[in-house]
Amino acid sequence: MLKNNTLIGWLMALPIMAVLVFFLVLPILMIVTVSFWQATEFSIIPAFNFENYAFLFGSEVTYRVFFNTFKYAFTTWIFTLCIGFTVAYFLAFHVRSLTWQIVLFLLCTIPFWTSNIIRMISWIPFLGRNGIANSTLTSWGVIDQPLDWLLFSDFAVILAFVHLYTLFMVVPIFNTMMRIDKSLIEAARDAGASGAQILWNVVIPLTKPGIMIGTIFVATLVMGDFITVRFMSGSQSANVGRLISNDIALLAYPSASATAVVLLLTVLIVIGIMLRFVDIRKEL
Amino acid sequence: MEPRPKSFYILSGFFALFLLFLYGPTITIAILSFQGPGGGLTFPMRGTSLHWFRNLFEQQAVGDIWGSFRRSFALGLMVMVTTVILSVMGGLAFRKKFKGSGILFYLIITSLVIPSILISLGVGLIFSQSGLEVHWSTSGFGSQLTWTLPFGLLIMFAVFNRFDQSYEEAARDLGASPWQTIRHVVLPIIAPSLIGVALFGFTLSYDEFARTLLTSGSYNTLPLEIFGMTTNVTTPVLYALGTLTTVFSLLMIALFLCLALWSTRRKARAGSDAGKGML
Repeated sequence: MLKNNTLIGWLMALPIMAVLVFFLVLPILMIVTVSFWQATEFSIIPAFNFENYAFLFGSEVTYRVFFNTFKYAFTTWIFTLCIGFTVAYFLAFHVRSLTWQIVLFLLCTIPFWTSNIIRMISWIPFLGRNGIANSTLTSWGVIDQPLDWLLFSDFAVILAFVHLYTLFMVVPIFNTMMRIDKSLIEAARDAGASGAQILWNVVIPLTKPGIMIGTIFVATLVMGDFITVRFMSGSQSANVGRLISNDIALLAYPSASATAVVLLLTVLIVIGIMLRFVDIRKEL
Repeated sequence: MEPRPKSFYILSGFFALFLLFLYGPTITIAILSFQGPGGGLTFPMRGTSLHWFRNLFEQQAVGDIWGSFRRSFALGLMVMVTTVILSVMGGLAFRKKFKGSGILFYLIITSLVIPSILISLGVGLIFSQSGLEVHWSTSGFGSQLTWTLPFGLLIMFAVFNRFDQSYEEAARDLGASPWQTIRHVVLPIIAPSLIGVALFGFTLSYDEFARTLLTSGSYNTLPLEIFGMTTNVTTPVLYALGTLTTVFSLLMIALFLCLALWSTRRKARAGSDAGKGML
């Protein structure tokens, strides 16, 4: 019987397995292989040397760029967590009818199904030198001359990340909050807990799995990004993704691959640490 | 009903601000795309006109927008159909534990969290080293599946975790074959969720950028075309295009949501009438 299960299971899962082997496993293996190759000006040649890695770890730029990547990930995480938690809390505990919960929840998720690039572009009229933010602040007399650091800066990068990815916090946190048994909260109130105490001692501990899943999403999306950083910083800041995409643009595939391998390992280590705190299969 | 606490009003305000933050910028470029012919990328509006939309229809003004739109649309449909079919099969497979299901599960999670540029780079390298030509309908298609399949599968896992198996048992007791059980019992019950999977499949493919970057070949998809425009187009024609494709996305989302609503209602109507009989 067990053998039969395995056979049927594999047959049904075969197409997915095929897609993942061809477009996930093989590409990773290819990148690992190419990271040991050599590049000439016009082509890449098979070899086995550690030059790419030696260059990568020998360069001071690498450490700065990795530091930058973690900085973006951490800052974005803080903001998306605070905003996402508050929004999910409002939806789960303060909106009383299921219909309204669904409607408001959909309102939060719809932007996810539209284009990220256009959502980035749409910050230009806000943040530009003559944009809405600057002209408003000037007319209020808060500033005398337009602020230059609004667009094409780290500020803009973080803002865009928060704008794009808060949703990835809202959805899993909302999902776990909806499963919290409301009688637990009533019990806490009957036992004399204040609102803040309920939040801290009941809601937050029970929401932890959702927070962890959201964190995994945000951390990996931000760490693997290259397009938001390039666009919103006006090519002035760099993260690891940009390092890779710059190498690709120069056709330096072996060096791009070496950086990609290190990035992948970093991301996997970060996720591995987080998975210790949550069992994803239980949370679905 | 007990009265609303004060925190409700504060949180409502916060939520409203959040929605403004989410939608404000997009609405702004929608307004700005109606700039007069002399207008720039920011306010003030110099008159209102359809000038920039008309510009989009003149081939020479910008790149091959309509070609790239057709490609993105076709690719979106291909990815959507494949994602729905493979996710259902995968969801069914995972209902019983089979040897190696753990490995497959972790592959799916890896596919979700791997930085997109790695897929782009790796697939591009494989195709170039084996002498194949990258094309949006082959390498681009496969690369996008690595992004849409995890979402489809996670939705299916969630659906089947909540699936009441007694329906299938009942069907089996009545003599239905395994295929009949799936066709006439399981699929109708999960139909609304399948529409959700289709929505993910289509929209995530239609907007995908990073995984298609090195895998779409010489014919761009729409997001690639738009990104190309950001570096050399400095007129509101960029906003006009952004507005049009966002409107298109919103229409597709509305279509899927209406379909989902319709199929939920249909399910409720066609479902069991137990307990509703005349007493």
